[in-house]
Amino acid sequence: MSKPSDLVQGTLDMLILKIVALEPLNGWAISQRLKQISSDVLGVSDGSLYPALHKLERRGWIRAQWKPSENNRRAKFYLLTRLGRKQLEKETANWNRVSSAISGIVQLKEA
Amino acid sequence: MDMEQWLYSLPARLRVLFRSNQVEREMKEELREHLEMQIRGNIAKGMPPPVARRSAMLTMGGLPQIEQQCRDARGASLIGDFVQDTRYGFRQLFRSPGFSALALLCLTLGIGANAAVFSWIEGILFRPYPAVVHQERLFALAGTARGESDPGELSWPDFQDVRRDCSLCDQAFVSKITGSTLSIGDHAETARGSIVSANYFDAIGVRPVLGRGFEAGEDNGSDAHPVVVISYQLWRDRYKSDPEIIGKTQRFNNVPHAIIGVAPEGFHGTFVGWAIQFWVPTSMEATFESGGYKLEERDARWIEAFVRLKPGVSRTQAQQEISAIARRLETSYPASNRGRGIGIWPLWQTPFNHARTMLPTLGFMVVVVAFVLLIACANVGNLLLVRSFARRHEMSIRLAIGASRLRLTKQLLTEGLLLSAIGTAGGLLVAYWCRHALVLLLPTRSGVAMYLPGEIDARVMVMSAGICMLVTLLVGVIPAFHARDLDLAGPLKAESAGVVGARGRTWLRSSLVVLQVCLSFLLVVGAALLLESLEKIRSTSPGFTTKSVVTAGVSLVAAGYDVPRAKIFQDELIDRLNALSGVESAAFASVTPLGYGTFSETPIAIDGYRPSLEEQPSVEYNQVGPGYFTTLGIPLVSGREFERSDNESAPLVAIVNRAMVMRYWAGEDPVGRRLQVKGGWARVVGVAADSKYESMREATKPFFYVPLRQEFVRGAALNIRTSQPVASIRAALVREVQALDENLALSEMITLQEQVNRSTSPQLVAVTLVSILGGLALLLAGIGLYGVISYAVAQSRRELGLRMALGAGGANLIRLVISRGLRLTGAGVIFGMVAALILTRLLGPLLYGVNPHDPLIFGLALLVMTTTALAACLFPAWRASRTDPARVLRD
Repeated sequence: MSKPSDLVQGTLDMLILKIVALEPLNGWAISQRLKQISSDVLGVSDGSLYPALHKLERRGWIRAQWKPSENNRRAKFYLLTRLGRKQLEKETANWNRVSSAISGIVQLKEA
Repeated sequence: MDMEQWLYSLPARLRVLFRSNQVEREMKEELREHLEMQIRGNIAKGMPPPVARRSAMLTMGGLPQIEQQCRDARGASLIGDFVQDTRYGFRQLFRSPGFSALALLCLTLGIGANAAVFSWIEGILFRPYPAVVHQERLFALAGTARGESDPGELSWPDFQDVRRDCSLCDQAFVSKITGSTLSIGDHAETARGSIVSANYFDAIGVRPVLGRGFEAGEDNGSDAHPVVVISYQLWRDRYKSDPEIIGKTQRFNNVPHAIIGVAPEGFHGTFVGWAIQFWVPTSMEATFESGGYKLEERDARWIEAFVRLKPGVSRTQAQQEISAIARRLETSYPASNRGRGIGIWPLWQTPFNHARTMLPTLGFMVVVVAFVLLIACANVGNLLLVRSFARRHEMSIRLAIGASRLRLTKQLLTEGLLLSAIGTAGGLLVAYWCRHALVLLLPTRSGVAMYLPGEIDARVMVMSAGICMLVTLLVGVIPAFHARDLDLAGPLKAESAGVVGARGRTWLRSSLVVLQVCLSFLLVVGAALLLESLEKIRSTSPGFTTKSVVTAGVSLVAAGYDVPRAKIFQDELIDRLNALSGVESAAFASVTPLGYGTFSETPIAIDGYRPSLEEQPSVEYNQVGPGYFTTLGIPLVSGREFERSDNESAPLVAIVNRAMVMRYWAGEDPVGRRLQVKGGWARVVGVAADSKYESMREATKPFFYVPLRQEFVRGAALNIRTSQPVASIRAALVREVQALDENLALSEMITLQEQVNRSTSPQLVAVTLVSILGGLALLLAGIGLYGVISYAVAQSRRELGLRMALGAGGANLIRLVISRGLRLTGAGVIFGMVAALILTRLLGPLLYGVNPHDPLIFGLALLVMTTTALAACLFPAWRASRTDPARVLRD
């Protein structure tokens, strides 16, 4: 079973929340979207996606709805909740703060 | 987790909890859907279908693992797993009903014994008066005297002073047990009552269901307020629930009392040991107590009382204040109060009811039932271990398909919990049935059964639940511990447990059996020691004849006899009895030895004996009629017995016992010398042999006798030496009494041996309970040993078959198996002996004339254990000898 890198493990939640925030999607679509957006760099395996989805659902950040998918089959769609939106904002702000700090350090010119 | 988060996550949690099947189905559907999409994508990329499927599965990773991770992520584990494990546990129980029944029986008996003893301790020692409010702040109030170990009673004036001056006391009230003959219509019987202060019902928070309680002032004045409150039972059974009962009159001890109230149902008064049937105010004391009107006398001590402390006041604080009051009383009233203190005791140490006599017995029982529970746990642990061997295959597979060891442990603990929860429920039922059982072990007295109820309340429940938890851990942890060294390859390897060797995995089971044998041995030794003590007590001569002497009371006080009339009656009755053919002799005495009466005590002075400065010689005595020593068979060492002529007009005389001669006359014959009793000088006319007076366990003590006529007591009891059975002598006595006065009633007639037996009833209770529990322990240990041995035999059928094929006979195999059983028993007995040598000394207060390390008893216990072990090993050994080598070796 392939594991995402440590960095991604912490930010996978945020990515999922962001993707679901754009539009309600089912698990398969979310995995495809993850691969597209990150151009496979993050290497999120499907094995770690579903436990993450179930965890977010349990925390009340996303909720599930069964409805027909594009090919007219019943599929489980995930929607962002109000609490999830708050969480997303918090994590995005956090991420921006940390990443700008890190990029600031990384871009320092060596003397 | 904040509130909002909790609210948002609630739907998902609830779904997991109550819709677990649906959630599970949906999860599988979702993952399958994902796989489908992946396969389609692969086919679209040009893969052939089988390759597309395999590739998709590889991309996804192991489906079962993902599913498990999803379940963990949903947090279903705790409760969901528990529900699942419980269901599974139930299935396991039904799958092997024999095992389950045996395990549950062990636990029910073990936990039931504990719950029953707790309920007795709760109902007798800690919460003895269920209807009374705030029992946790209730304390017994009694007097103490310098140089005396046992607390005694208080006088009414002393009690009044404590009640007035104790600022830390919420309430103080009197509750003194008494008795009366109660005649309604033509039916007469003995009734138990309490003499109480007027504040009694208010102080304990009990409201009469009919009428009223006592009013302030009703407890003062001589025979001023003949009013009575009756118990609900008495009202229902004797007055047929008469709704017009209030204001009616009932005679108690021949004095008409107005019934003013009926106590509520379930209220049995405030005396451990008896259910009280009526309550009268202290003003009526002289009607029920001997000794006349005592409310104004500070040296007449007869009050038994309780105080309820204010909330938050400790016993020490209250005791300090009450001791200060007692010191003030000492200074103010030196004549009556010098050297006297006042103390309070928690209810379970109440000096004046049966709490104190039951205390050592019940304390000992706690230890005994704890042992029984341990033995039961060891048995169930052993049974579970056997099963865990059988389930090794299942466990290994579950480990292989991804169950964590923690999860397996949790499941085993859940199964343990299931067993112990059912066992606890059964145990509480057992305790409920047994809650009144203690009374059955005690003899009835005067036709009234004692009342010692168990109480199954929240605290007993909590205690039992605690035991349940403990049992779960004990029995669940053993197989879980065992599951730890489970390895995946285990089932593939052959198990090689030999009959002979106790090595490897069997060590755990063997040590459980050793523990059981050790504890059972302890209980057998304890039971045997107690039994021997009881035998000793009951067969030791108290110094007087017990078998052919009967005693009975005649209700002269209740029938309103004054002293002159009573004297004439006593003489006439003795003359009539002596004329009967079956009567050898008869005599009245103030107190019958080893009964419930207490002897009078007096300061004495003796010619030629110079007491040291702190010593105030004080000796107990009895007032006895002519012929007393002949009747009871107490030998006279020198001098003569009291005669009719030793009456009120003759010079004062006394008879002393041997111990008194040794102590005060240095062993010289005192006949003819003088003894000062209560200020008057009496001449010693005889020396009697020493005997027992108040208890079979007391040490020999100085004691003397005065003639009944010279210190008269109307309530004296009659003693008759006879060769006839009790029933016929009773009929003769009733006839003679009735001939003299038709209105007189006779109390219960018993032999002095019966009196001795009753005085040892706490020992009888202890012996009976320990014997029952010891037998139970023995049975459980036998089952445990049987289980271990028969399992060992079943496991080593190959070895046995091989031995047989090589020429070992059936007898050899039987010897092999039995020697294994005996080795385990031997180890247990050795540990048990060491423990018994240390622990039996703790039995001290319950033993009498028995060496706690009596080698004979240890030998007997060894014999009992060995017999049990042999019985337990016999069947497995027989089975071993029937091993068919051909079949075993073929398998």
